Parts: sequence; structure tokens; C-alpha cells
Amino acid sequence: MDYTTRLQKVSVLGAAGKMGSGILLLTALEMADLMLKSGNNQSVFVLNAIDASDEGLRGVLKYLKTQVLKAAEKKTVLLRRLYADRADLIENSEVIDAYVEEVMSLVRTSTRLESAYDSTLVFEAVSENQTLKEKLFRQINENNPTEPYFFTNTSSVPIGELNKNAALKGRIIGFHFYNPPAVQKLVELIKIGENPTELVDFANEFAKNLRKTVVPSNDVAGFIGNGHFMRDALYGLSEVERLSKDMPLHEAIYTIDKTTRDFLMRPMGIFQLIDYVGLDVVQFILRVMQPRMQGEKLHSLLLDELVLNGVKGGQFSDGSQKDGLFRYVKGKPVAVINKDANEYLDISLFNGARDSWIGEMPASVLPWKNLVKLADKETFLSSCFGALRTMNTPGAKLSVAFAQNSRDIARKLVKDGVAFSEKDVNTVLLTGFFHAYGPINDFV
Amino acid sequence: MTNLRKKVYMAAGYNTISMGTGRKEFNPRTARPGIEHYMKEAGQATLSQIGGAVNVDEGVVGNFMAARFNKQAHLGAFMPMIDKALQFKPSISVEGACASGGLALITGIKSILAETADTVLCIGVEVQNSVKAIYGADILAGAGWFQNRKNGHAYFFPGQFSDRAGAYYEKFGREYTRKGLARWYQNAIENARLCPTAQEYHNTIADLLAAGMTDPNPKAFTDHLNYFDCSKVSDGASAIAIFSEEGLKRSGISKKNTVEVAGVGHAVEDITKDPEDLTILSTIREASRLALKSAGSTKEQLATVELHDCFSIAGVLGMEALGFAEHGKGAEFVSAGHTARNGKIPVNTTGGLIGWGHPTGATGVHMAVTIWEQLTGRAGANQILVPADRPYGMTINMGGDDKTVVAVVFKRGE
Repeated sequence: MDYTTRLQKVSVLGAAGKMGSGILLLTALEMADLMLKSGNNQSVFVLNAIDASDEGLRGVLKYLKTQVLKAAEKKTVLLRRLYADRADLIENSEVIDAYVEEVMSLVRTSTRLESAYDSTLVFEAVSENQTLKEKLFRQINENNPTEPYFFTNTSSVPIGELNKNAALKGRIIGFHFYNPPAVQKLVELIKIGENPTELVDFANEFAKNLRKTVVPSNDVAGFIGNGHFMRDALYGLSEVERLSKDMPLHEAIYTIDKTTRDFLMRPMGIFQLIDYVGLDVVQFILRVMQPRMQGEKLHSLLLDELVLNGVKGGQFSDGSQKDGLFRYVKGKPVAVINKDANEYLDISLFNGARDSWIGEMPASVLPWKNLVKLADKETFLSSCFGALRTMNTPGAKLSVAFAQNSRDIARKLVKDGVAFSEKDVNTVLLTGFFHAYGPINDFV
Repeated sequence: MTNLRKKVYMAAGYNTISMGTGRKEFNPRTARPGIEHYMKEAGQATLSQIGGAVNVDEGVVGNFMAARFNKQAHLGAFMPMIDKALQFKPSISVEGACASGGLALITGIKSILAETADTVLCIGVEVQNSVKAIYGADILAGAGWFQNRKNGHAYFFPGQFSDRAGAYYEKFGREYTRKGLARWYQNAIENARLCPTAQEYHNTIADLLAAGMTDPNPKAFTDHLNYFDCSKVSDGASAIAIFSEEGLKRSGISKKNTVEVAGVGHAVEDITKDPEDLTILSTIREASRLALKSAGSTKEQLATVELHDCFSIAGVLGMEALGFAEHGKGAEFVSAGHTARNGKIPVNTTGGLIGWGHPTGATGVHMAVTIWEQLTGRAGANQILVPADRPYGMTINMGGDDKTVVAVVFKRGE
């Protein structure tokens, strides 16, 4: 089956979720492009958006239309060429509307798994629940005569286990997008030994057409991205617990988040990132990873307690941030959770004193958004971290220790055979987490 | 029209800010003022300089496409909104694409010449940020022949002038031409940085020449022009009063505070025909010739020119059409700095369309306001020297791809 034929009948499971809706969008655009290319105009393309929630599906159609419109507005130069033979489409607005209509006409929403029974390609982006994933795969596979390919967006469950438990005979591959899929360049590709070559070739071609950066990962729970992030997060939580012996817990949370964001020049502090992903999701991923990592503790009592208290983070369907460890106003943390009272305390009540305790940043430190634009980051970061190492303030010490721990995590991923190279780990952090520099470097 | 049969003056000019990307206060996500706001601001500012609306006999509005940008036609009837003393006075709206402002000037001048008015309030206005640029391109494409739209570029007019640039590259060399275009951009921004109402007033690009030399990206935009080669999307209005001698007396305005209309040239070319030679702006050539002839002056007597640089290539071709450079030497003329504010012939001293902004229907009026400011010594930080032997200033306002051109020659009133 050739590339185009494979993409004529596709289903996305969990299409109303934040990952599923992004995957739906990218797939819809790719299918529409194939359809518009000469010769494919008469073929029927179908993209099933499958989700348990009717309400969610209504929302996803709205999201999809807005995003397809934006995409069309960006590529109108190309669209005018693709529609050159349509005499009725003259103005940009007509060309754009026709394209949006065409893309939307590919998409069928459904709450029934049966819709995927004739799909030749199935994307799975349901919640990170191994039993659920295996049940869905098995049911589709047993009822679908086309021997479909399964692309799972799991960020932690080993693909080999899904393959075996759902009896997929190697027709499954890990194709892990980063949030939001339409924006983040990274796709982690997790192959297993049983994969037919055609499937791997198809996956690579699909990723290339989506203009994604592919990083291969070995089939180890958590892969590279969560393999690094989960351990980074656990280290942050353990640092908070350590600091909270000498300061209130909420100030410790603030301290570690601030140092990891501002001193380390990351786009978000480690706890804002946990809020972004969702505390419950982090907990879920850790539960997947823990039993598979012998001799390593991948667990946080503090995290469990917070989730139990209903502190979850995550995002609203419009992409705005829900309250988690922090409360947010216009995307910025303004208050932090006081665990014992289960209420938020304004950061402004304590940050003056706490900032003086943390100490000044080196004068050369740049905000992340300025650092990413810098041409010669290597030289800049060498001098910046050089200054940081000589400073005797708590903030400098905490941040250097954090960066060194982050580097050790990254190196261990290579040593344990999760990643094929140090460069791959760095690429994941650069493109999937938007870091301005990789964790493995000469300056930390 | 040959020599004017009656003296015509202009004074009391005013420009709103040219609002759009580049201005710090511009936010595309928030609600913005509409044409009413801009017309009021500019109209009232001019009225306040001429003793009020009671002195006005007639109003003219130059506007290109409010009917699509703002879903609003019938702009003439907005005059009494500006000042209730304009109630029941005659007022019309005129349209000739981006030369609508120039046509508003011509219309006012004709009323003075016809002696049906002694004072005309002339306003040019356009509010274009009401739609995204990709849809604005559809609207602006109305300045061309609609039968050509289907095969045109997504960004129709940038596409048209990209074709002109491409033809010029082919004839005279790409690198050579691009250097001229980049210098054009540099001059525009340097002048705009001196003018608080300019859209590029806040521009902080360090190396303007390098920015201007950016390689065009045909995938996202046009084949031969980059974004810096283009005027931006602007909202704004300009106003000026047009007088007979009687009108000046009525408003108590001294001639030294005015510019006299020395000559006009107005020419159109068949909109359904493609240009015979893409490297020549023949209508600009003809209209400017007519204007200078009508004024009984020569280009050597011009102290400054406001030239319609909707695209940098139009600036270079314009310098050739005006006769300042031979065919093919325009890029070199600009590269050498001859059009800079301290050059042989300072062009677009407040930034022109690329630097000051291009609220399309307002541009022709904005040009007249700038020349009035320069010739009467009101240009502030933008002021250039007006030598005694070169007392004239000229505006060249173009509609479409060199299809309607209005050229006006001014000198200081005396």
C-alpha cells in the first residue's frame, strides 16, 4: 500500500484531547494536501475523529476550523497554485474558504470505535492508560480487515508491550508528538523489532511531510522526553522537600521554580512545566515507569498528596492554564499553593524577602526568549555558567546543582540505552521542551 | 489642464498617526478606531487652523475602499459629523485607488478654479487594519483590473511590482538593483524616525541596509521583493484646506503660511492593458511632465518630491520617470544617496509610503501636507533646506500599477 492510499482512511482515537486534536489537525492538513495534488482529486479521503465525549468533539471541530483557517491564511500563495484550475475561486478569501471546507469535509466525528474498522491508519492519543490502549487496539485489530498501522502517542508505555498484549503483530509504532502537536517540532519515534520496514518508512515519510524533527528512542518506558522530564521533576520535588525544612513549603516551591526558570534560562520553571503537563498526568507517567525501572525510585509522596488534594494543573480546552502548584493570571504564576490549608497564597506576599535570600542572578543572565535568539549561545552560556559557579548565593548553588543533575539524567539515558546519542537527548530538550541549550554541554 | 487660470492655495494641513504594525501602540488583537475617528481628528485639526467650519464652502473626501475594508460607502456625508457647521454644505467622495487622495486635491482645486467654492476642506482617509493582510490584498487588488486577479499573486500588488522588479533585475542586474532598493528602504526609515506620526517612527532596526538586502522568499511572499520593499498596512487620515485668494482672506490666513498650487498633472492609462515595458512608469512620467509644464517650471527647480513609493522599486522607477536618472540608472542614483534628505533631491522627507505609512486613500493628501510643511518651514525635525533657486515641491500620487497619477507642483505662497 502506497503512502497516499495509506492516508485515505484514517482514525484518530482521543481526538478531542489536547494531543488528539493537534494530531487530527496535522493529519487533516496532510490528507488535504494529498487530495489536492493532481491525480488524487477523485479519491475519497476520510478522517474519523473518535472520542468518547460528544461535547469534546463539538469543541474539536471548532478548534480544527480555526486552525485550518490559520494554516490556509499562511499558505495562500501555495493554495492559489493548487486551485489554479478552479475558475470560480478568484480572491484569496474564496481560495481559503474552499480549502477550509475541503479539509473539514474529510473529518467525520464519532463516539463509536466501529468507525475505525475500515481505517488503514489509526492514531491513538487516549489517556495514558495501558489497559485502555490495549483494549482499543485489540478491538479495532480484530474487526478491521485492512491490517491497519497503529501509531500510538504514548509518552511512556513500552510499544513492545502494547504490541504483544493487543496481538498487533508488529503493526504498531511509537509516534510521540509534543504538546501542542501543531507547534512543537519534535516527534519521538519508537520502533520495535517486529515492525515491518514499510511501516517504518511510512512513519518517516509522514513525519517529514509534517516537517517534524524525528528523534529515535529505544523502547524503554518514558522514552527520552519523559525519561528526562520525570527525573528532572522528581529532583525538583525532592529539592522542595529538602528546602522546606528551613522555609515554608510554598516558598520552597517558588524558589525552585524561579531558579530553574530565571537562573537556568528555561522557558518555564520546573513546577510551571509540571502544571502545564498536569500533576495527575505526571503521576500517571511515573506509575507506568516505576515498575519497569528496577533499583530506581520514581515516585513522590508530595506529588501524590497534592493530586489527592485536587491540585492538578493541566489546561483548559482553549489552551489556557488551569491552577496547579501555581495560580495563573494571563499565563503567569501569581500565587502558589499552600498545601496544608489547600489554598493559594499570593507570591507578592513573600517574594521580596525570598528573592533576597535566593540572591542576585549573574548580570549576564538573559530571559529565555532573548537567549533563544542569540547567535553564539555557546560562548555566552560558558561565561554565564562560569559566573554562576563562582557565586556563593543559594540561588546560584541551587541552579548549578539542578543543571548538573539534569545533565546526569541525560547522560544516564544514553548509558542505559534509552537514547542512541547525547545529541538525541539534547535535540529532544531543544525541540520538545523549547530549551535554549541541551542538558549535555561543556559549560554546566 | 495647462496654466491655472486662477490662484489656488493650500494650508492648514494635518496628519493623524499612520497606525499599524511597527507603532508601539498598535495591537491587532484589540478594537481600534474606525474611519469616523480618523476623519474627525484630521478634519477638526484643519478646521481649527482656518477659523472653523463656517469658512468652508465644500468638502471632498478621498478614499479607496472603505466600502470593503469597513463596509462603509457614502463618505461625503460624514462631513457634517466632523463639524455641524458643515450641515447641508456640498461634499463628495472621490475614488481612484491609491490616488484617491490626489483626486481629492484635484477635485478641490477644480472647485476653486470653477469659482463654485473659495474654501474646500479636503480629507483623505483609509482604515485597512480591519482585515488581515491576506484579505486586505484582495481588497487592494481592486486597484487593478479584476479580470487579472485570478492569475495574480496572493499578494496581488506586491506581485505586480515584484514583476516590475524582476524585469529590472534582468535588464540591469539583480545585485545592482537590490542595493538601490535597500538604500531606498534605509532613507525611508531614517526620515520616518524623525516624524512622530510616521508608522516607522519606532523602528529600531540597527542595520537598515542589511535588512533591505534580505533575500526575497517566493514561497511565503513574492519572487523579487521582500517585506522591507513594501509599504505596510496603515490606518490614517490627512486633511488640508484648499483656498482661493478670497478664501484665504475670509480665514485670515497669510499667504506666507500657504503653498500655492503652481501646476497640476493628472493622467490615466487603460487599466485593462498590461504595461508595455515593466521597467518604465509611463503614466508617472506623463503626469509629472504635465504638472511641471503647467507650473512653468523644471525638475531642476524642485527642492523636494513626495513620490509614491508603495514599493521600493516604484521609488527607483519613479526617479527615472521624473527624469532625475536615466533609464537603468535609477538604482545607482538612489544608492549614491541622491534621494536622501541631504542628497541632490530629497525625496519623501517624512518617510514616504514605506516609512511614514500608506493609508491608501489618504496618501495623496498626506503628500500635500508634507510639501506644505516643508515649503513653509513647519517640518520640525524633518525640515530640509529649500534653496531660493529651487522653490518648488512636487507630489506624485499613483493609483494601481501606474494607472491613475496625480502630480501637483507647489511653491510657497507670496
